[in-house]
Amino acid sequence: MADDAAKAAFLAKLKEFEGREVGTQDGADEVNQAMIRHWVEAMGDRNPVYTDAGAAERSVHGQVIAPPVMMQAWVMRGIAPPSRGPGNAQDELMALVESEGFTSVVATNCEQEYDRMVHLGDHLRNRTVIDSVSEEKATGLGVGHFITTRVEYETLEGEPVGRQMFRILKFRAGTGRQAASAGDGEEQARPKRPRPALNRDNQFWFDAAKEHRLVIQRCTGCQALRHPPRPRCDKCGSYEWDAVDASGRGTVYSFVVNHYPQVPSFDYPLAVGLIELEEGTRLVANIVGIDPSEITVGMPVEVEFVDHDADLTLPAFHPTK
Amino acid sequence: MSEKHRLVDAGAIVGIGATEFSKESGRSDLQLAIEACEAAIADAGLKPSDIDGFVTFTQDTNPEIEVAKNLGVGEISFFSRIHHGGGAACGTIQQAVLAVSAGVADYVVCYRAFNERSGHRFGTGVQDRAPAPTADTAHFSWYSPHGLLTPAQWVAMFATRYLHEYGATSEDFGRIAVADRKHAANNPKAWFYEKPITLQDHQESRWIVEPLHLLDCCQESDGGQALVVTTPERAKDLPSTPAIVRASAQGAGENQDMMTSYYRESITGLPEMGLIARQLWNTTGLGPDDMQAAIIYDHFTPLALPQLEEFGFCKRGEAKDFIADGNIELGGRLPINTNGGQLGEAYIHGMNGIAEGVRLIRGESTNQPPDVEHVLVTAGTMVPTSALVLGRDH
Ligand SMILES: [Zn+2]
Repeated sequence: MADDAAKAAFLAKLKEFEGREVGTQDGADEVNQAMIRHWVEAMGDRNPVYTDAGAAERSVHGQVIAPPVMMQAWVMRGIAPPSRGPGNAQDELMALVESEGFTSVVATNCEQEYDRMVHLGDHLRNRTVIDSVSEEKATGLGVGHFITTRVEYETLEGEPVGRQMFRILKFRAGTGRQAASAGDGEEQARPKRPRPALNRDNQFWFDAAKEHRLVIQRCTGCQALRHPPRPRCDKCGSYEWDAVDASGRGTVYSFVVNHYPQVPSFDYPLAVGLIELEEGTRLVANIVGIDPSEITVGMPVEVEFVDHDADLTLPAFHPTK
Repeated sequence: MSEKHRLVDAGAIVGIGATEFSKESGRSDLQLAIEACEAAIADAGLKPSDIDGFVTFTQDTNPEIEVAKNLGVGEISFFSRIHHGGGAACGTIQQAVLAVSAGVADYVVCYRAFNERSGHRFGTGVQDRAPAPTADTAHFSWYSPHGLLTPAQWVAMFATRYLHEYGATSEDFGRIAVADRKHAANNPKAWFYEKPITLQDHQESRWIVEPLHLLDCCQESDGGQALVVTTPERAKDLPSTPAIVRASAQGAGENQDMMTSYYRESITGLPEMGLIARQLWNTTGLGPDDMQAAIIYDHFTPLALPQLEEFGFCKRGEAKDFIADGNIELGGRLPINTNGGQLGEAYIHGMNGIAEGVRLIRGESTNQPPDVEHVLVTAGTMVPTSALVLGRDH
């Protein structure tokens, strides 16, 4: 599928699925207290309105309600669902994308809307439609297509309850920028690092990092360097500034080694340094290429750049060779 | 700022009240706030309808109007909230003193209540999506993408440099924890009542973020604390022994950041605390030698050391020796955190420490040192912060 015409033809086939109905499904059981109890215990949600009839009666709901996010659980098809039979839109679509090698899957988004609370004794049904199929995207996990389904939930009597947009990425394992850590491609995606909040004061710095440049904000009034960037020079009062490329050399002014909590976006132990650049400004960045137990204050370091995902590149520092 | 500002002896803390301190309160933040305020008002010998002002933290989720409504307070003529997390604690008392001394309110309740353990925990939040790019959130763009995400991690960056510059060791931090837990062991309200630790326990506790062990980090607590402030004149008509607010001060230092003032020429001091110390000492004529006890904000042990230095209890870099010599223990020169501090009693963002300061002045601490005339109480470190000198009425 290297050439554009073939890609376009494949995308056209995928696009034919948009709007196609997958089918309706009835919940196996009515909404019941036992399933609610198991779910809230697993989730650690102690709101009595889900389990305590007395408390629920005194609440604004007047009766026990099911946790709204359980909506999907009432109509799930089970661990080993029966075949939906030939000609099912979702099965056909999956077979088509897999035929082109997009065999790995990861769920990326789930959004729910609720029309009303669900009560004990309600019996839910859903109706699923293929909402959209994206063009081919290069993601951190690999090259693939996003597939979004829209699921409407209602009671068997036809009263709307809510809806869910569910998006998955079908991708080719081993084609991502993080292919080395993605293993067989079926394992869970590593969540992205926390996003920086970008605004007019700091965007230039992160843009430069994407180009693998470490820059320092410079006041064009008095040439003073400053980091983190700010709109105004406290030395001369100028609002005018540009940015200069740093040499990338510096020393470890201080550092920490994180052990806990372990956030899935990072590898632990995680070394984070406060680096003093030879230009005089300091910045926080990861220290790499060295066992964290060997890092010392004052150690000379040099910059390198790590492309964490399509939107985030950050400098990191390794010991000077 | 004038050297002689008019807040000296301008207010008195006349009531203290708290919920129990736990890991799972089983009730809402708001209920905790209301219960704490109710208890403090009763302790002051007042009725809710006497209260006409409230102060809390911007970080508190319990609006003063909800608290007032539930207590049946009626009209309130003064309300204010202070920013910067635990740095707000003593600042709430200063707001109340400003209000009562200016005559805009007669009896002001300061409070803080949360389910910090069973509800939203400070040490967790990280999101895949960028927050709205305000100046506040953009600030954290320099830290969170690198995995520097929690208060313990922000604090540890100072601690490493402090160890490096002054030749201190992890054991010097640990002695703060050991003293706190020793005091908590004798305080039935403390979470760690009858659970002292040894320095070896501290050293063997797991790393949270080097150089901080688990036992360098304060607990997470559910609970509420409230205090009632009025003028020293009105205090004379009330049943309890007042704690006079001899002086109160706030401070943000030069080149101040929220938790990450990493860009100052030196990062081993706390210039904002230095600014506060100057105000407290200059306005009252008091000094470190006039304090018989102190509540030193202890969310993480390393920052207790520069506080002792900024307030002049010892020279810069010598807190480790001051502590190792036993000065912070009962019977020592300056017993600290006699309630067990936030490591031992509870983490109510510094407000429970102010209440302990009041008990020390009343002579009611479970670890009461003799002849306490003055107590220093400090608030959060590495943030714009605040402190008080409490004293006896004469
Ligand atoms: Zn300038």
